[in-house]
Amino acid sequence: MLEVTIIYGFINSIILALIALGFSLTFGISGVSNFSYGAMYIMAGYAVWIMINLLGLPFALAAILSVILTALFGLALYRFVLLRVRGMVISEVIATFGVGLAILELFRYLGFTGFEYTLPVFTDGSVMIGDTYIDHQRLWIVGVGISLAIGLYLFTRYTKTGLAFRGIAQDEKTALSLGINSDRVAGLSVAFGSGLAAIAAILILPRGTISVNEGYDVLINAMAVCIIGGLGSTVGVIVASFMIGYAQMITDAFSGPHWKMIVSLVAILIILLVKPSGLFGKQKELEERI
Amino acid sequence: MALHGGNVKQKRRERIDRGIKVRSDDIFALTSYREFLYVSVPPVAPVILLLALPLILPLYWQKVLITTAVFAILALSWDFLVTVGMVSLGQALFFGIGAYLAGYFDLRFAMPIWTTLPLAALVGGLLSALLLLPVLRLRGVYFSMVTLVLPLMFERTIEATGWLGGTEGLTGLKSFPNIWIESYLIIIALLLVFFGFRRLVTTDYGLVLKAIKNNDRAVMSGGINIYWMKAQAVFITGAIGAFCGAFMTHVYMFVGMPVFALDYSILPLASAVVGGMGSFAGSLLGAFILVPLSEALRGIGGLRTVIYALSLVIFIVAIPEGIFHYVQRKYQQFERWAAVEN
Repeated sequence: MLEVTIIYGFINSIILALIALGFSLTFGISGVSNFSYGAMYIMAGYAVWIMINLLGLPFALAAILSVILTALFGLALYRFVLLRVRGMVISEVIATFGVGLAILELFRYLGFTGFEYTLPVFTDGSVMIGDTYIDHQRLWIVGVGISLAIGLYLFTRYTKTGLAFRGIAQDEKTALSLGINSDRVAGLSVAFGSGLAAIAAILILPRGTISVNEGYDVLINAMAVCIIGGLGSTVGVIVASFMIGYAQMITDAFSGPHWKMIVSLVAILIILLVKPSGLFGKQKELEERI
Repeated sequence: MALHGGNVKQKRRERIDRGIKVRSDDIFALTSYREFLYVSVPPVAPVILLLALPLILPLYWQKVLITTAVFAILALSWDFLVTVGMVSLGQALFFGIGAYLAGYFDLRFAMPIWTTLPLAALVGGLLSALLLLPVLRLRGVYFSMVTLVLPLMFERTIEATGWLGGTEGLTGLKSFPNIWIESYLIIIALLLVFFGFRRLVTTDYGLVLKAIKNNDRAVMSGGINIYWMKAQAVFITGAIGAFCGAFMTHVYMFVGMPVFALDYSILPLASAVVGGMGSFAGSLLGAFILVPLSEALRGIGGLRTVIYALSLVIFIVAIPEGIFHYVQRKYQQFERWAAVEN
């Protein structure tokens, strides 16, 4: 019992971190809170499904194409919508929220609901750790999740684009004066965030059917993790994911699955009361707190 | 060429206040019926229209009018929060809290309608303010995030735990005696909220609220406790939203999970943005365009939400002033092409 909770809590935490990583990345770099994040996650899932089942592409190609397409969509979202309202928080929020809502409700209208909308797993089968069965897909999630986190860490420290990301995250005007095109980098950050949403979707969605409502759940979970960890902090995302992930599993084990949703709600309210900028929200703390 | 060539006469568009506006606005010396009508028609005509509409509309459209008025009040309260600098993505939170409170009071304590309505508004406002209190200490997107998350979480929680009737909802609640009381109650409430807000933002109190949006630190350095002011603003919005929820509970004689649905968040938001933020009249106009339109478009079902969402994006990016400010400009100013002096 304890073992199951520990192992599945770990997997649950990695899933939460994967979901939140893209949202946090975009916000941390460009300050744009992408409220269409859940929609991009679902869109990537449906894109893979369409490419496999309607166009007959192999899974690997479909997955790569879907990540690229979602990233391009993010870039287009920045170029044609966000660029015009950049810096006006009210407009940014409303515009991205509107785009996300339009995508999700369009899928609902087109009738993309039902049990046939599933993605294939990477490899079939399961392994035993102690007395606990774990299927291969969950191992893939853990593996890719951890390597993505490490890859992002290295990327933001040892590549020019990554350094530019951190540059405009710290001070956009100074970065501008050093020759970094802040609009281009901010557009890239939205594209990266969208691409991460697509990767998360391809990894996580095979566990169940793709449904429009999951788009809202993904957005809720991503925001819950980011608020608790501190908006824009990658360390915060990982720590918060493990906190919520294990808290959810423990409540699940001891008081039934009903209470899972309440865990993150209570966690958000407590964190906002005790430490309003989140656990690791140091970087923007001065700007955000009043 | 166009910039430096002397031959090309450059023109620019010039906007000038109409004479009638200047005379009636600044000097306020009304000299003719025409000027009197110019000043009085814009505020008076909608009031007369609203009061007369229930008398002339058929029963079905009378029901639509009630829904429209509810959404208009929600849009007005959304606009009020924006005036203080807080963007709510979840008016459904306030609406849903009020709706469930009214249902609970009715079933549990068998209260009459005239008690549940004000009580639900009051307690709903307090609850909303308490729930959102932690987030008031932060600026930026936190308020939008939390207001988006809360109603969806409430919906899931009620679904999962089966509290307050769970997925079935609470049924068998009291209804209003007849449709006339329903219509006129909500229309009078709408007019009170509308003119109340218009008046409120011009008072000293409203000035402080608007200043919080423009520069919160300056307000703090003026020795004003902005958390307290923001909490009051959330209470006002919450109470008004909760009243709408309680009212709809008694209209439907039912309250269930749909009260936390995104519809109640997105339609008020779309109304305010399409109509024009910041003037309240825009929100009213927007609601009276969008809600009847959505009734007329009932046939296309789910596509309606897509259309709202897209119109939201188009308006916020391309026409951020909204319909009302455009109409207002045409009413008060004329435009002409004037030569540019070099």
